[in-house]
Amino acid sequence: MSAKIERDAQGRKQARYTPWLLLVPGLLWLIWFFYLPLYSLFRMSLSTKPSRFAVPEFGWAWSNYSQAFSQYGAQFQRSFTYALAATIAALLIAYPIAYVIAFRGGRYRNVLLGLVVVPFFTNFLIRTLAWKTILGNQGPLINLLHTIGVLGPNETLLRTPIAVIGGLTYNFLPFMVLPIYVSLEKIDPRLLDAARDLYSHTWRGFRKIIIPLSLPGVFAGSLLVFIPAAGDFVNSYYLGNAKTTMIGSVVQDQFLVQNNYPIAAALSFVFIAIVMVVVAIYSRLLGTEEIA
Amino acid sequence: MRLNIEALNDAKELSGLENTVIEISHVSKQFGGFKAVDDANFGIRQGEFFSMLGPSGCGKTTTLRMIAGFEQPTSGEVRLDGKDVSKVPPYKRNVNTVFQNYALFPHMTVFDNIAFGPRSTKAPKGEIAGRVKEMLEIVHLADFAERRPTQLSGGQQQRVALARALVNYPSALLLDEPLGALDLKLRQTMQLELKRIQREVGITFVFVTHDQEEALTMSDRIAVMNAGRVEQIGTPEEIYHQPATVFVAGFIGVANLIPAAVVAVTGDLATVDAAGHRFGVPVTDESIKPADSAVVMVRPERLHISLDRPTGDLAAVEATVEELVFQGPVLRASLRTAAGTELVAHIGPEDALPMLRPGDRLWASWVLDAACLLRSVDTTAETALVS
Repeated sequence: MSAKIERDAQGRKQARYTPWLLLVPGLLWLIWFFYLPLYSLFRMSLSTKPSRFAVPEFGWAWSNYSQAFSQYGAQFQRSFTYALAATIAALLIAYPIAYVIAFRGGRYRNVLLGLVVVPFFTNFLIRTLAWKTILGNQGPLINLLHTIGVLGPNETLLRTPIAVIGGLTYNFLPFMVLPIYVSLEKIDPRLLDAARDLYSHTWRGFRKIIIPLSLPGVFAGSLLVFIPAAGDFVNSYYLGNAKTTMIGSVVQDQFLVQNNYPIAAALSFVFIAIVMVVVAIYSRLLGTEEIA
Repeated sequence: MRLNIEALNDAKELSGLENTVIEISHVSKQFGGFKAVDDANFGIRQGEFFSMLGPSGCGKTTTLRMIAGFEQPTSGEVRLDGKDVSKVPPYKRNVNTVFQNYALFPHMTVFDNIAFGPRSTKAPKGEIAGRVKEMLEIVHLADFAERRPTQLSGGQQQRVALARALVNYPSALLLDEPLGALDLKLRQTMQLELKRIQREVGITFVFVTHDQEEALTMSDRIAVMNAGRVEQIGTPEEIYHQPATVFVAGFIGVANLIPAAVVAVTGDLATVDAAGHRFGVPVTDESIKPADSAVVMVRPERLHISLDRPTGDLAAVEATVEELVFQGPVLRASLRTAAGTELVAHIGPEDALPMLRPGDRLWASWVLDAACLLRSVDTTAETALVS
């Protein structure tokens, strides 16, 4: 009897520790490969580096931050504007795609989803370079736009903000389609029957039932597009010009070309802070925790 | 027989014509090669509790969906308040549905769910709040207005679905097997609840179910459907005591069906030879003529058993006891006649024969009025039954 009680107590103890044990590998991984580097990055952001070839020294150099703000404010603003534009464009393109696949896809659902994901099988860089060719002055698109008069004879597509936003939209589109699809697919079509039964024509049913129920997908999708798009430097590098430089390019340049680690680190931390604020405001606005 | 039922239905429709809310006028519905509803023709009256009863695939839900507007009839007309609505979309019809799984909007509170219909029709705000509150009280959910559907039990969700439909004061409320998801006890409570609410609001209820007990308990009238056709329409008593077809007799409750040869028909009494005996059976089906083969239907609780041949104006057949099962209120006796027909008798405590054992020979008898004579199912009808 007492042995059984002891065994039970032991079992309970094990049950209590099991979740923590399961967390250990992930936590160790995160600590070693994320939090420690982040900490070292933070120290770097407060270090000084008098010359290009000097070793950075920690010294509470908050001036790095003020420099990051004052010198690169325009790039920050541009990054978030482009990312916002790309997110909105991706949302407008992805929602109808996800809607059709979820509600009209029938037995072709998986094929259509596959078509959405297929571009992922190609390298990100290659895809962006392909866009360069498509938008380029010898490309097929520019001739068409000149012919139908959308663009003036001297106007080009490549090396414009439009090209950068287009590239960002294209590259991150699947991240918008998939979460929206998942949330739409979960909606019981009988809810639409119910809405129609209760005097709502199709559009009102869409507004009152489908849109609210798909908000979690819209929320997840826009974060998955917005955050990487804001930090991206490949699209602005290959598709833009000197006036479309985004903050990612600045960080890359400071780290790898100028060797100015402290400034690059400070820029990174400012970027993280802004993204966190944006995400907090956004999740408050959409109130997703209530829907999910 | 088919003609006869139609005449019966037409007569019923005529009798209630002045206050008919829904008219199903020679409606058929074809899905590809499958005829889901075959020439349904009946009316549903103002304020009645009308059930469509039948096995799955009999066309009852399709008929309901045609009344709601989710399906359009292939031929025939659905008339609502006298107007043909066959091509009118659901959101322009003044009928509302309680769906099988309730289909409550998960992102809205109970209040918003119920207010959905009135808001669609742009009713004044103040009026909406009043109507929703009134409905919440009728369904006994006054304290639950701000809850989400997921925070409610199955029975409570059911009431919300009911309130959400009734708040629109529809010409008729359509209920598609609404109690199917509830456990037995809750289902029985909700049956009485539905009856009470229907009396309170006085709105026509059209109720689809495959559960014959449910239909008998709740309905003013029942349409029994089978393989796309309406077999009989009548009150629960009519359908139970005077089924129009062998299918109806077998689907509602337990029926003893004894093959019989018609000897003579005089007025509304036929003389038949069945199970080796000759006796009289009341007959309502005018198409049954002498020399026809027919079926005598008698309910198990109407059978009396005795060891000696009973005297008096009774029908009686001799049988052997095969099995005796005590079921609480009654003793269920399985009997077999010399001709091989199986009979079931439900024997109450007053009629019990304590010494009875399997293998004993006895007499099963009934007062003539307890039985009725049905046209036997021909082979084509039988295949229809199976499919």
